[in-house]
Amino acid sequence: MARHIPLAEAVSTFLKPGATAAFEGFTHLIPHAAAHEVIRQQIGDLTLVRMTPDLIYDQLIGMGLVKKLIFSYAGNPGVGLLRRLRDAVENGWPRPLEIEEHSHAAMANAYEAGAAGLPCAILRGYLGAELKDVNPNIRSVTCPFTGEELAAVPAIRPDVTFIHAQKADRKGNVLVEGIVGVQKEAVLAADKAIVTVEEVVDDLNAHPNACVLPHWTIDAICTVPGGAHPSYAHGHYARDNASYLAWDKIAADRDTFRAWMKDNVLEARPEVFAERIADLGVAS
Amino acid sequence: MTGFTPDEMMTIAAARVLRNDDVCFVGIGAPSAACNVARLTHAPDITLIYESGTIGTAPDVLPLSIGDGELCDTAVTTVPVPEMFRYWLQGGWITVGFLGAAQLDRFGNINTTVIGDYDKPKVRLPGGGGAPEIAALSQQVYITMKQSARGFVDTIDFFTSFGHGEGGDHRQRLGMTTRGPTLLVTDLGIWKPDPETREFTVTALHPGVTREQMQETVGWPVRYAATVEETPAPTQEELEVLRDLKARTAAAHQKKDAA
Repeated sequence: MARHIPLAEAVSTFLKPGATAAFEGFTHLIPHAAAHEVIRQQIGDLTLVRMTPDLIYDQLIGMGLVKKLIFSYAGNPGVGLLRRLRDAVENGWPRPLEIEEHSHAAMANAYEAGAAGLPCAILRGYLGAELKDVNPNIRSVTCPFTGEELAAVPAIRPDVTFIHAQKADRKGNVLVEGIVGVQKEAVLAADKAIVTVEEVVDDLNAHPNACVLPHWTIDAICTVPGGAHPSYAHGHYARDNASYLAWDKIAADRDTFRAWMKDNVLEARPEVFAERIADLGVAS
Repeated sequence: MTGFTPDEMMTIAAARVLRNDDVCFVGIGAPSAACNVARLTHAPDITLIYESGTIGTAPDVLPLSIGDGELCDTAVTTVPVPEMFRYWLQGGWITVGFLGAAQLDRFGNINTTVIGDYDKPKVRLPGGGGAPEIAALSQQVYITMKQSARGFVDTIDFFTSFGHGEGGDHRQRLGMTTRGPTLLVTDLGIWKPDPETREFTVTALHPGVTREQMQETVGWPVRYAATVEETPAPTQEELEVLRDLKARTAAAHQKKDAA
């Protein structure tokens, strides 16, 4: 049952060291504020799951909080590589990082299997692809009807899923609009779900087929305007592409990275996100 | 005729091969530019799909990521990512998957995972994302990338996405029913697979490009089709459309006030 509580309380209540956590958002509605709160609270030894780890996972990894990463595309979209992740994989800095790598199709199917309560996902995937030789969690099953060999991957069942959304109502029902990614599946697959929202409203005023997560699928609602920045919130503010371009330079150097994290994360509060989007236009 | 760069020639040559009735799964970067030039010139009704779930999108500027808001604003519909991969790609609706690569071999096999050994990589690249299944399940695959000795290699370091494998009927032997890579457009020319061996052979050189230049950037002995044509130079209209698109894109990506 969703409770409206501050972000710091939600994180400390539901995320424990060593947990498996997903911060989902397919280039849209990425829960930056939630990840920064986790970094401030120094909750470590995490196994992180996400199709498209980007800046927040680069930050969590660079701060030494991540033991293992399960992913399908680790890049700064449209810009290049994730430099803190590379440093961890290539040089073990600040600690070695275990990786379990999939394709997008497999990860999306695995979230869906998690939401559906199945132990694994089955797809026509990885044909000729070498990932199945380096990831023992990519296996195969034979269709009992046609004999076709299909790929199988384990369902994703995070201990905690974090997402960001446009709106919640007073009860805690959540509306996600625009590019909805795998957020619904990631919430339903998780044991606990924390949702940061742009605003709380009396009426979601949602289309009958809209992506709505009922309040009883969510544990905590935290109001954090701008909480996706520099990602965007459809209908609220545009993607801050310049910040994504800037990150490439910040993350290139260990000291620059740490200084930036100190100023912008460790010594910041969730309220700063509202200021960060003040100059951005509205993403219609 | 005004001058043009090899990059512009590549994008325009890649745009030309797309058809008005194609349903195209668009990779980010060079493929995205080509697909949108096609839409803004000879193929106004082409369906462009990005893996973020946006179907039938028509952005005014090139997206920086595959999930920029404008893709959703201008799409016919936006679907969840699991549906994107299950119904639309795996379901067989995609006529062309348009991909780029970090490393490519002569059979159209693609590496975007690592340079060096997987467990101890020299360079950890972003990984496959949607590409392994786009390569396997699209009805056919077009590839576009700039030629370079680092990119066009004799042996790729990792088989991220399967092209024609070892060549010949390797795809069929793995149970694939799709055609795989049927076209490679670079900054120097156009390549198509040999009907038997499936090795990419040069079928056209861009204006002014020599066979010596072609070989300098390729890590295997370049083969040529029986007839090698010269790619028609970009038209004034094609160049204007591409340059306007690039200018709008650069302005949009640098400004913070992106209203």
